[in-house]
Amino acid sequence: MAATYTVTTRTPASSMAMISALVIVAILFAAPYFASRGLIQDLFFILTMLTLAQFWNLLAGYGGLVSVGQQAFVGLGAYALYGMVILMGLDPIISILFAGIAALVLAVPTAFFAFRLQGAYFAIGTWVIAEVARLSVAQWQAVGGGTGTSLPRSALREMMLVGWIESAFDVRASAARDILTYWLALVLAVATIAGIYWLLRSKPGLALAAVRDNTEAARSVGVDAGRMKWFVFLTSACGTGLAGGLIYLQKARISPDAAFSVTDWTAYVIFIVVIGGIGTIEGPILGVLIFFLLQSVLADYGSWYLMVLGLIGISVMLFAPRGLWGLISERTGIQLFPVRRRLSGGTIKKREG
Amino acid sequence: MIWVDTILQGVLLGGLYALFAAGLSLVFGIMRLVNLAHGDLIVFGAYLILIVVSVLGLHPFLAAFIAAPVMFVFGWVLQKAVLNRTLGDDILPPLLVTFGLSIVIQNGLLEAFSADSQRISMGPLETASVSIGPISAGVLPLLTFGSAVLVIVALNRLFYRTAIGRAFRATSDDPTTASLMGIRPDRVFATATAIAMLVVTIAALYLGTRANFDPNVGPARLIYAFEAVIIGGLGSLWGTLAGGIIIGVAQTVGAAINPEWQILAGHVAFLVVLLVRPRGLFPRGN
Amino acid sequence: MVLLETHGLTARYGDFQALFGVDARLEAGETVAIIGANGAGKTTLMRSITGVLRNAAEQIRHKGVEIGHLPADTIMKRGIAMVPEGRKLFPSLSVEENLIIGGQNKRGRDLGDRIDSMIARLTGAPDPMELSAGHDGVGYWTLETIYDLFPILKERRHSPGTALSGGQQQMVAIGRALMSNPDVLLCDEISLGLAPVVIRDIYAALPKIRESGASVIVVEQDIGQAMAVADRVYCMMEGRVTLQGRPSDISRDDIHAAYFGEAA
Repeated sequence: MAATYTVTTRTPASSMAMISALVIVAILFAAPYFASRGLIQDLFFILTMLTLAQFWNLLAGYGGLVSVGQQAFVGLGAYALYGMVILMGLDPIISILFAGIAALVLAVPTAFFAFRLQGAYFAIGTWVIAEVARLSVAQWQAVGGGTGTSLPRSALREMMLVGWIESAFDVRASAARDILTYWLALVLAVATIAGIYWLLRSKPGLALAAVRDNTEAARSVGVDAGRMKWFVFLTSACGTGLAGGLIYLQKARISPDAAFSVTDWTAYVIFIVVIGGIGTIEGPILGVLIFFLLQSVLADYGSWYLMVLGLIGISVMLFAPRGLWGLISERTGIQLFPVRRRLSGGTIKKREG
Repeated sequence: MIWVDTILQGVLLGGLYALFAAGLSLVFGIMRLVNLAHGDLIVFGAYLILIVVSVLGLHPFLAAFIAAPVMFVFGWVLQKAVLNRTLGDDILPPLLVTFGLSIVIQNGLLEAFSADSQRISMGPLETASVSIGPISAGVLPLLTFGSAVLVIVALNRLFYRTAIGRAFRATSDDPTTASLMGIRPDRVFATATAIAMLVVTIAALYLGTRANFDPNVGPARLIYAFEAVIIGGLGSLWGTLAGGIIIGVAQTVGAAINPEWQILAGHVAFLVVLLVRPRGLFPRGN
Repeated sequence: MVLLETHGLTARYGDFQALFGVDARLEAGETVAIIGANGAGKTTLMRSITGVLRNAAEQIRHKGVEIGHLPADTIMKRGIAMVPEGRKLFPSLSVEENLIIGGQNKRGRDLGDRIDSMIARLTGAPDPMELSAGHDGVGYWTLETIYDLFPILKERRHSPGTALSGGQQQMVAIGRALMSNPDVLLCDEISLGLAPVVIRDIYAALPKIRESGASVIVVEQDIGQAMAVADRVYCMMEGRVTLQGRPSDISRDDIHAAYFGEAA
């Protein structure tokens, strides 16, 4: 007698969430038609930070790899883009791909070194590599050395699709560039979330959860923990590099200290994930919105703002280690991106003897 | 001859890095806690000494004696009230909480003292030097190195010759069984961090008197300290001194070749050691 | 005089309840054995008494004082010492240091104790100094008397504790507990994994320990051993006391029933 069980990860809330997510993404795509340039820039900032946060969360929350050196990949990605545009004369949009590739290339030696360090020392190891990258790039005179450089006007003017957006939206070239980078950021963020969601629901995702919970046990059931770590680290680096390239394409000006800033590209990202809820896809989304609100309210207070952010991060870690999303889903049971498999259908019967 | 001088400067600089590292190493050895705010705590200590010097008009060495008990109590309370809550099997909470602490301390100092660089004045001692034949060394770097050796000797004695050292080692082995011996692990951890803060105060004294500092220099000090610990091998304080010397020599030699390479050369030396001796130069057997 | 007693002791690990209202007592001068199969709750009972597991205050009394809620270090300072299951020597400490550490943490020695005591008086919380009053940890047992009891340990005193044989490690663990001159000594599975001849050597120390003034609770899986040394026996099953009495009053069948939960 065949039982009619199905293994599913879907919940009613998640089906609703899927539909609302599609609606939200559609609205966001259409945003340039009705939103102001300032709003588009804010959304760009939110989306790129969200992408960075999702990748850091993949590393730390799912992979158990706490990196404080993600700025290495933001900076190197950005510099690769500048190098391609300035030295090779490539179109900036095409160069974004090289931002991802460069980060991936750097990630290989980084992982090679950092994986030799256990647990907490891994964190500082990644930081050392990021410092080495920053100091090395500062020696690269062709892209401005320690003082940095700007993207050439000609390259920005001739950037693909910008002309079309200019005429379609009847805006100036600089606003058109913002719209274009915004769309790219939206694509990157959606692809990141969809990709991570897909990964977590797939077989490798299960392996990942197993490795995070217990490396030894995971190995004993045939999960190659080392390979999972490499995979997660390289994926995160590549995605972080793409985001870095995009961020500095929009800024159109770069310097080593800014592009390899531990505060901007790692501290903020960690706070976003921790406050929102580490180890969930929903957490970074919630976190980035809170982060943006805090920044809008407190940005004028400079270092007070960072102090407050730090204190909130510490309090959340101490008193609600699963973050705000953890609190919400504990109270309500809601999961928008469920990854846990549940058995449904059929009826559990006692075995007949 | 210039190379001998360069290397001597590097060795003495290594003493400073060993001082940065000793507190980090102590805390990690006892409770497996990597304190990402360690560098910022050193900078915090330097500002504390600076305040005492400028308010009371004391000599920096005396000021450090006043700052030390303050730092001791601060470390005790910090561990007892905050960091003890983060200890456990999961490495995320201690890392993220100390990272948050690092950001809070940095920005608190920025708010209080601005980003201007400061220096604790030692008067004529700053430029004093002694010469043996053609080689000369600054008195202050020599004092730093001497202090590092003294701190390591003292910590080793504390660890292996005293009741509190026994309690440290026992608690590090097995906190539950230690509690059956009348030891309260959270108190042992608080004491360890408090003692680490005494070492931090000494490190802060030399950080502040040897060069300019500002609220943002902490993370780099953390990184040097960390590199010294890993090069030396976890758990060996003399190894940490050796690690500090390697970083110091790499930096001064790098700087002698090209001033812009100073920091980079230190990091590269660290990576090379990590490549050939992943467990450090003097690992302790398990 | 009742030295130590549990009254309706319940203990749980999260959702799992391990003890269901255990009543037991230890009279001054007595040796009591606790027997039972694996998972009967014997070790949980020890963990509760020593404060590794916290309970409701009134569920455990020591010399008439409620101690169920106290932390392990305060209970130890009151004079209840433990030889833990698996010996649990400190690998970073030599044999001699393992012994010394058992006796170095006496009441009021610790500055932290005094600070906690001060805070407690200010906030009205239970004062750890007060709670451990009446036991100064001084008595017959010193390094020398431990070495007299187990001469082999003197020879090996500078070795790391974990470099010794199982039996010698057990001697260190017992010596370590005695160093605080406890009035209650708890021994959890001290014969587990040891050869019979070694077990005999270890139990040979028991009369001397009783003579020094300590009352003893031994947790044993070896029923014969337990019956031989104990004045009274408790048998546990599934978190409850199923049988108690003097060894002479208990039949093999009684034990079998209490141990396995089925009529013999």
